[in-house]
Amino acid sequence: MHALYDRLKALFPVGEFTEQRSNLAFVTLPGAYLRPALLHLRDREGFTHLVLLTAVDWIEQGQFQLTYLLSNRAENRDIGLRVMLPRLGTVMASIHDLWPTAATYQRELREMFGIDFPDSPGVYEEFILEGWNDIPPYRRDFDTLQYAQDSYAQRPGRETRDPESHMKQQLYPGKG
Amino acid sequence: MAFEWIKIPYALLTLFIVVNYGMLLGALMQKIAARVGRRHGVPIWQNYADLIKNYGLRTSITHGVMFYLGPVFRLSGGVGLLLFVPTIYGSEMFSNLSFAGDLILALYFVFFGTLGMALGAGESGHPHAAIGVSRGLAQVTAAELPFALAVFAVALQYQTLSITDIVAAQQGGVENWTLFTNPLAVAAAMLAFLGSMMRPPFDVVLAPQEIPIGPPTEYHSSYLALMQTNRAIFPIAKIVVYMNLFFGGAATWPVFFLKVFCIYLVSVFVGVVFPRFRVEQSIRWFLVWAVPLGVLAILLV
Amino acid sequence: MKRDPMHFIKPELMPRKVKGPDGVEFEVEPLRDYFCDAPPTVQHGAYLKIVEDFFNWARAQSLWILGFGTGCGAIEMRPLMTPRFDAYRYGIQWRPTARQANLLVISGYLSTKTLKRAIRAYEQMQNPKYVVGLGSCTINGGMYWDSYNTIKCLDQYLPVDLYITGCMPRPEALLQGFEDLKKLIRAGQAEGANRYAENFTWYKANQKQVIHDWDMPDYNW
Repeated sequence: MHALYDRLKALFPVGEFTEQRSNLAFVTLPGAYLRPALLHLRDREGFTHLVLLTAVDWIEQGQFQLTYLLSNRAENRDIGLRVMLPRLGTVMASIHDLWPTAATYQRELREMFGIDFPDSPGVYEEFILEGWNDIPPYRRDFDTLQYAQDSYAQRPGRETRDPESHMKQQLYPGKG
Repeated sequence: MAFEWIKIPYALLTLFIVVNYGMLLGALMQKIAARVGRRHGVPIWQNYADLIKNYGLRTSITHGVMFYLGPVFRLSGGVGLLLFVPTIYGSEMFSNLSFAGDLILALYFVFFGTLGMALGAGESGHPHAAIGVSRGLAQVTAAELPFALAVFAVALQYQTLSITDIVAAQQGGVENWTLFTNPLAVAAAMLAFLGSMMRPPFDVVLAPQEIPIGPPTEYHSSYLALMQTNRAIFPIAKIVVYMNLFFGGAATWPVFFLKVFCIYLVSVFVGVVFPRFRVEQSIRWFLVWAVPLGVLAILLV
Repeated sequence: MKRDPMHFIKPELMPRKVKGPDGVEFEVEPLRDYFCDAPPTVQHGAYLKIVEDFFNWARAQSLWILGFGTGCGAIEMRPLMTPRFDAYRYGIQWRPTARQANLLVISGYLSTKTLKRAIRAYEQMQNPKYVVGLGSCTINGGMYWDSYNTIKCLDQYLPVDLYITGCMPRPEALLQGFEDLKKLIRAGQAEGANRYAENFTWYKANQKQVIHDWDMPDYNW
């Protein structure tokens, strides 16, 4: 994967490189260079399959990380492109014309993280949530528990136990 | 000949016997099919419980006049078929309302129920019902073709359109049955029989796993109960026609029960062995295998 | 990010002008025209107790389950059809349409999106009808207790006759649950449909509280 990284470095201003396994690596690069890099990887390097497009919320740094994971089936190796975006008013160029499946991922990201992909087809339609009226639920500043307690009627009397200590108590009482 | 009023209670008695026999036989056949899959299957009285429950539902909704009439047509198709065909040969009590030209009427009644169903299901407005009915009509029409050919062959063979006369001609031993005097016609008719019994491999129209349950998608409570009653009567009535035309009829009730059971078992036997056909497959199957047999039967007579 | 409720109405459900095949223009208001919007009423049983008992026996003997798996618990219903458990011998069958079914099994967690469909399915069933909540998710949220899109307490939204506990309940537990439901039906205590009709406004208020995009009539037959 290092050879691939060197070839990429010659073409694009790529950043941090992480090699997870001998056939899986991640590269950070600026959002403006994402599209040429994807095209290069798809058409020249044989990474023809978009495995997934997902996001990570780095709330402490005030950034979203988009991960485009590509796969080269012939050589059985994967590469992930990381794009860091500001958390406020996140907008990203759509890649649905490179891989049609990306439109679905982008629709989901807009709904769950609020990341906007203006040109993606159907991106403003509801994907999984229907009638959602709060901030996107996968953002880390969304308090799931608080929302659940506010929105849904709860049945009183629910208690939570630590499985390990509870089972110890049940199976071996009096042994600490 | 003056009409004998006593025929009406006799016909109702026939109907009563046939309904109960049909309900029990239907459950028994379900049990047999279940045993093939190593299950116990439904209790033998299951059909009664279903029927009572459906009549006992407290609410029902309608989609219009034809929605009411659909099940009624269907039921009258089954009852009519039964009543215009002599159930027990030579019995004054159970020859019902049969008359000289009843063979044509029987053919008509076989189709009548399906047409009524089409009207009712169309009125229900559910897309599944409309799709189901068009599939059902296509398949029943294809299955009806060889049956009609076989019936014509038999009518030509005996030179009569009266079912009673056809049964009479087959008396006097097994070798006189149409099954042995005209095997081609019987073969064509039996293939058609498989298609009209709504069992696999030809049950794509009504199968719950397909376009959900087909024509009766919207039917419930009393409407569905009427159709269930018909489900009990219609196969038996149809088998009675087959029994009279091809298998020598029945002179007593025990013989009737036995023959009906055996003929019914043919379709169940085929059903548990073979998987389901799609509609266009089954139509092709009827046209390729059953219709030529029917044509041949007519030509050879 | 609060949005106007009309925002959720789908375009095909908006009131609009339609041109018929004969060239005549007419106005349609789908929510009013296409649905029968009458609230359910309390239905009384047969006048004679013995007749009603007889009907209840038949109802207990013929439980038709709506084939609608709302969550992962549906995977535990499939084995009931197989030779090993064979629920058919207890008079339990599956029907593919809500019209013919009289038992709705809420199998596991219910997201608000599925709840909307479950309500529609339930309302299309005919009185008397029964609801069985399956698994701990329907009772108190189970492992989805802090989830943002699953309801925690099913009997706030639908009249539940019986809960079957477990995560997941085994098919044996399901069979036992259905047997208990039969006892309730035979005793004439499974009147969930009438409870739903009596407390209709309460149920509707609860449902609308969690379903934000209510784009259907209050009651759809």
